[in-house]
Amino acid sequence: MTGDDKTSQKITYREAVREAIREALQKDERVFLMGEDVGRYGGCFAVSKGLLAEFGPERIRDTPLSESGFVGAGIGAALGGMRPIVEVMTVNFSLLAADQIINNASLYLYMSGGQFNVPIVIRMATGGGRQLAAQHSRSLEGWYAHIPGIKVLSPATIEDARGMLWTALQDPDPVLIFENSGLYNMEGTLAADAGPVDIDRARVRRDGKDLTIITHSASLFKSLDAAEILARQGIDVEVIDLRSLRPLDERTFLDSIAKTHRALVVDEGWRSGGISAEIAARIMEGIFYELDAPVERLCSVEAPMPYAKHMEDAVLPQTDKIVDLVRRMVSADG
Amino acid sequence: MTTQRRGKKKTVTVDRDHALHLLRAMVRIRRLEEKCAELYSATKIRGFLHLYDGEEAVAVGILQALTPDDAVVATYREHAHALTRGVAAGSILAEMYGKQEGCSRGRGGSMHLFDGKTRFYGGNAIVGGGLPIAVGLALADKMQHKPRVTCCFFGEGAVAEGEFHESLNLAALWQLPVLFVCENNLYAMGTALKLEHAVMDIARKAACYDVTSAAVDGMDVLAVEAAAKTAAEAVRSSGEPYFLECRTYRFRAHSMYDPELYREKTEVEEWKRRCPIENFIGKMKGEGILIAGDVEAIEADVSGEIGEAVAFAEACTWEPLEDLTRFVYSERREP
Repeated sequence: MTGDDKTSQKITYREAVREAIREALQKDERVFLMGEDVGRYGGCFAVSKGLLAEFGPERIRDTPLSESGFVGAGIGAALGGMRPIVEVMTVNFSLLAADQIINNASLYLYMSGGQFNVPIVIRMATGGGRQLAAQHSRSLEGWYAHIPGIKVLSPATIEDARGMLWTALQDPDPVLIFENSGLYNMEGTLAADAGPVDIDRARVRRDGKDLTIITHSASLFKSLDAAEILARQGIDVEVIDLRSLRPLDERTFLDSIAKTHRALVVDEGWRSGGISAEIAARIMEGIFYELDAPVERLCSVEAPMPYAKHMEDAVLPQTDKIVDLVRRMVSADG
Repeated sequence: MTTQRRGKKKTVTVDRDHALHLLRAMVRIRRLEEKCAELYSATKIRGFLHLYDGEEAVAVGILQALTPDDAVVATYREHAHALTRGVAAGSILAEMYGKQEGCSRGRGGSMHLFDGKTRFYGGNAIVGGGLPIAVGLALADKMQHKPRVTCCFFGEGAVAEGEFHESLNLAALWQLPVLFVCENNLYAMGTALKLEHAVMDIARKAACYDVTSAAVDGMDVLAVEAAAKTAAEAVRSSGEPYFLECRTYRFRAHSMYDPELYREKTEVEEWKRRCPIENFIGKMKGEGILIAGDVEAIEADVSGEIGEAVAFAEACTWEPLEDLTRFVYSERREP
């Protein structure tokens, strides 16, 4: 599996997450993984495949279908000195554990006046695009980002899939990691010595001077594809990968907009009350007078996710829509 | 195998020192709660205030069975549990005043008392929300080979929540040392037991999960203590969960906002005749274990303690507003 040179390897996003979990289990005996079908089944998305044989059923712990129960148990275990990685199959099912995440994990430190921090990591798959229909295709990471007391990560790249987990486990507070299920099969190159990465800064994934696209998760790659197409048309787009939705690193996108003077937010969530609305508001608050055009947003159509492929494609942000919107925004002021 | 023990009338012998200890513990709770009600009327305490009058034998009896190493998870009606567990009355009152010297630095209030020193994990005001946390604390103990018990209090209202069933199943499935204590006071806020449960015999619910269960008269502190010691011993020796239902009654309204439209005054009066404190005093005096002057001495002591606690709370200070967002996230980084 070596790449072009011996210092890097070809690896999928799924394998990168698995390697991150394996490394955490090896490095810290307080770490364990629990969730539905993480053990014998190998993980709903095969992320934890093979880990049961390597680490045993105590540390790769299959749970009953009790999202509130086992997420709450993860919080309790974290309070009790462990470093649990709790896998909720998908964000859709996390709603069954919303009480524990929102009413307990995010609040214990504050309600206890600083006495009880909750060092838990909760991972879940998110996103649409796989014809799984309305109840299995939600993108609610922006909605979780509304909540103070938790951190919300959205790793898009293989490097982040590999590196964010360890940093999240070192964090004394609850961290939610959203893995877009459409990315698990994505293959890429990873440095052999790739390690932990920061979890609080956005990254410029493509430099440009004409317009800034602010995005995250699977939409990052659609945005980068759009930027390539636009480059051939003479439009130079900067693409920012937020990586973390809470905390939100506004400095990075405000600095970018100070250079490009135009901003487009691309997000799989809905626009009403979504993270895109938050970003647009921060831009108004932070750098309004630098703008040459109104901030625009490309989000999912405000409807439940339909099953039919052509309908689902039409709901989600797509590369061609990004291209069209950017062209319009750039040409608007001639 | 599931076993249910109920109504077993064990003769509990109690020495004088212990009788004084139990009485003092119950009187402290009653007088603290009365003071809270008074301070609420005087607008020193605000928000929701849920008082424990009538249920004292439960917190006092149960907590006799725990060691300082054990953990406690409680509900929003938890002043008694915090106090009996060892949180100072002054610290509890200061919290209700909203002062920074309060046990949750004024961020929690009556419903969210926390104390790291006594492993007191709140103060949870989402009914049923504490049960999964207790399961997790016990899981951590088991994985770290720490022979400790996690004691989780909840009301019979919580038994209708999904989190109750998920938690009992998990604790039984993974064989975790949790002592589940149901404080069955017959009303989930204003909804009577018969209107909330198809099966009203709460202790039987544990049978679905093969968890050993017992029911005890929650108005009798010696019975609760004996049942709690049996239960805690079973949890310690087996490492498995145990479910103890304490049948009790709250004498006051659910909270200070409750006009009590859902129960008859005669019912309340009937239960008040079973007052855990009065009955314990009567019984102990009858057996010659307590003597004239004992109650008065305890009352005088407790009155002094509560008076000092109020003075402490009054003298405490407000958290500076610059620290408003302190503890939303941790200040330290792990090494």
